Amino acid sequence: MTVPVTWYLLLAAALFAIGTAGVLTRRNGITIFLSIELMLNAVNLSFVAYSRLLDQLTGQLVVFFVLAVAAAEAAVGLALFIAIYRHRRTIDINRMNLMRW
Amino acid sequence: MLDWLWLIPLIPLASAAVTGLLGPRAPKAAVTTVAVGGPGLALLLALGSLWEYAAIAPEPVTRTLYAWTAGTIEIPVAFLLDPLSAVMLFVVTFVGFWIHVYSVGYMGHEPAPYEHSYQRFFAYLNLFMAAMLLLILGNNFLVSFVGWEGVGLCSYLLIGFYFQNDDRVPPQAGRKAFIVNRIGDFAFLVGMLTLFSVFGTLEYLEIFDAHNAAHVAAFGEPYALGLTLASFVALCLFIGATGKSAQIPLYVWLPDAMAGPTPVSALIHAATMVTAGVYIVVRTNLIFQLAGGVSMLVACIGAATALFAATMALTQTDLKKVLAYSTVSQLGYMFLAAGVGAYTAAIFHLFTHAFFKALLFLGAGSVIHALGGEQDIRKMGGLRKYLPVTWVTFWIGSAALAGLPLFSGFFSKDEILAGAWAHGHWFLWGIGALTALLTAFYSFRLLGLTFHGGFRGTKQEREHLHESPAVMTVPLGILAVGALGAGYLGIPKVLSFGAELNRFHHWLEPVVAHLSGHEAVAHLAVRTEWLLMGATTFLALLGAAIPGIFFSHALPRFQPDYRGTALDDGFAYFLPKVYTVLYFKYWVDEVYDKLIVRPLRRLAEFFWKFVDGIVIEGAIRVGTFLTELAGDFGRFSTTGNVRDYLLYLFLGIIILFWWVFV
Amino acid sequence: MEVAIFVIFALLALASAVVVVAHRNPVYSTISLVVTLVSLAVFFILLGAPFIAALQILIYTGAILVLFLFVIMLLNVSEEATHPESGRRIQRWLAILGAVTFALLLGLGVWNGYRGTDFAPMSEELVSLKSLASALFSEYLLPFEIVGLLLLVAIIAATVLARKPPREEGSTP
Repeated sequence: MTVPVTWYLLLAAALFAIGTAGVLTRRNGITIFLSIELMLNAVNLSFVAYSRLLDQLTGQLVVFFVLAVAAAEAAVGLALFIAIYRHRRTIDINRMNLMRW
Repeated sequence: MLDWLWLIPLIPLASAAVTGLLGPRAPKAAVTTVAVGGPGLALLLALGSLWEYAAIAPEPVTRTLYAWTAGTIEIPVAFLLDPLSAVMLFVVTFVGFWIHVYSVGYMGHEPAPYEHSYQRFFAYLNLFMAAMLLLILGNNFLVSFVGWEGVGLCSYLLIGFYFQNDDRVPPQAGRKAFIVNRIGDFAFLVGMLTLFSVFGTLEYLEIFDAHNAAHVAAFGEPYALGLTLASFVALCLFIGATGKSAQIPLYVWLPDAMAGPTPVSALIHAATMVTAGVYIVVRTNLIFQLAGGVSMLVACIGAATALFAATMALTQTDLKKVLAYSTVSQLGYMFLAAGVGAYTAAIFHLFTHAFFKALLFLGAGSVIHALGGEQDIRKMGGLRKYLPVTWVTFWIGSAALAGLPLFSGFFSKDEILAGAWAHGHWFLWGIGALTALLTAFYSFRLLGLTFHGGFRGTKQEREHLHESPAVMTVPLGILAVGALGAGYLGIPKVLSFGAELNRFHHWLEPVVAHLSGHEAVAHLAVRTEWLLMGATTFLALLGAAIPGIFFSHALPRFQPDYRGTALDDGFAYFLPKVYTVLYFKYWVDEVYDKLIVRPLRRLAEFFWKFVDGIVIEGAIRVGTFLTELAGDFGRFSTTGNVRDYLLYLFLGIIILFWWVFV
Repeated sequence: MEVAIFVIFALLALASAVVVVAHRNPVYSTISLVVTLVSLAVFFILLGAPFIAALQILIYTGAILVLFLFVIMLLNVSEEATHPESGRRIQRWLAILGAVTFALLLGLGVWNGYRGTDFAPMSEELVSLKSLASALFSEYLLPFEIVGLLLLVAIIAATVLARKPPREEGSTP
């Protein structure tokens, strides 16, 4: 018996949801970033699953690009964190509340 | 000239607008030019149109200005010139113009705080002319209704002209007039809309086409309240007419309307606006002919009003109030005529009445002007020495009002009474005859009290007495000519030795020709007619004689100072209860106040304080309270914390997904 | 066989994902994420994308997560304070509940859409590197080049952002 496609998609959905919960819940900036990466990967999984389902390469190519973009984003984001840390000595995002009324 | 028919109502409208825009500080000459020039121009146009029309009468002429509505309901702004509206046109423009001229003198120097009210007066008066002309020239109900409402508005504005008086009477009187009118207007509207719903049109010529068998049949169908269509509509229109033309039970506003300036009383409340009701009844005579019951009602109310008002005029002590009740009474005569089927007689009386009543009012204005504002006739007397022109013209007017032979009122009143008798309504004839007696009595009483005997006013007033300037006496003279001569347009056959001299009747005949019975008067035996004429003449002379003798020099016994008021005192002495009832006008106003005005006021206060103050305000306050509450809670969502905003975003996505997948 | 692999690595992925999200120490979170990503690479192989799987391991785990670890060390990020955030209980629960609901909704959608659908047998084209490369350099050449540009920009940005601030006092990043 082969794995039906729904299983992969459900798994991707679950991972995505877990990642979302992490983004909304955690206080540590790095951890939030990790959760975002998790979400991205969940999406990657679903793309590849679809690629297999529809027998097209498009899904895999998209994943390729997502990978590249995720790398770029991670780099820039972490650089930002470093910059912020230099000034505030913390990456507790609750302390970054300039938009508060 | 006939193609410019539409200019006749529009020129006064334009002059009203210009006068209004001139403002209170404009120079008097400018205001006079515009405000008297407008009606003057309209008069010239009217005369020209009538001249042209006389050639093609009695064919009606319609001139459409433009299509007012578009789509399924088609109502044009169009004007109709037919024999009936021609008569009205002449009356309104002619009398209206001369009253404007008179007003230049009368309103020229008002005391404080009305020094700058000259312009306002003329703006309103011109507006009135425009509205009245719309009313009579309109070829359909809607245009006429615009005029109908317009004259009501101007009446309100002009009655309340002296709105800064301390006693606040003029604005109250204006309100009373407007509200009582409104009751009639409502009925009028119902009638109008009924006609529209049945026939799909509002044009007079289309609806009241006697040759259209389908229409005539439709009028006979039962419609509402157990009445046929004709009866129902006629009743509605008549109620409207009672409001506008001051018949029982909606006459109460007219005496109060004397709070307005005297030219207003002359024009609006004697010659023109109050005749609008009569005009409408005659215009729609087809349905009144088809609704016998309602016609009878009209006649009865007319007769009753005539008598009722005449009795009240016997004891009034205000110069203008006597004339006001007299107007109500004479209007009653017109409705009596219309009710019995003598429509031409009604319009004939309208015609002569316009002249002599306007004359009387303007004469009264002359007197008031000379006395510096006094209106109580008990404080007048002997003015014929000081105001000769006024006296002569007033005498002519009073004689016409009383129906003395050779004066205009005689001919018109006689035709009405002859018509009543000819149609078999002997009782109504009797009431009319009795009223004629009373009419003569009070007119000569008024004349005597004002102009004869000794002067009963103060010394300063005597010094101040002077005849009015020419700008006021010339109109008096012209109207006097009318009061004398207008009757000769309608000489009845019996007096013309066989020749057909009743031009007036023949002119109007086409408007009522389709009715049965309009020839009734012609079928009256000559002897009967002589008898009737003699009877009424006798009564009129009798009525005039009583005060006449009293004021004449034939009774030197009475001291000059006692003459005049002694008449009233004698009345009060011998018939005290009667005098009291009449003096207090049967307490009708008081009854209305108790039964209608006070309850309505309380109802209004209830709505104001409770329904508006508590219920509606409360509902609104609840709304504001809830909103504030929501706001106070909603505030907590703006934490400034981006994570929370992200959460809201996420929740929104969930909702969206829920909606898509479930 | 395939099913067994799937189930094992699926459970592993889920478990480590939860650890990523839940653990206090960011280092442990990072390591857990490595485990998750490796499991995903296995799935990629199962789904006929070996190249992508290789890339995943090389780039994601090998580069990106290592970068994360470097930064964590650099910033000396400590454990999150033991006390939970005050006054955020509602938001926490709401977030978790929301996530669960979201997963369920997605699952519902997937279930409705693809129930009973099976994969077709794997085709040569799908798996081969050759087809992927040729597509990349023909149809998707433009995105490819742009991604290159993007990476260049990212490098520059990261360098600028992370360097020591200029000598003047009181400059804001």
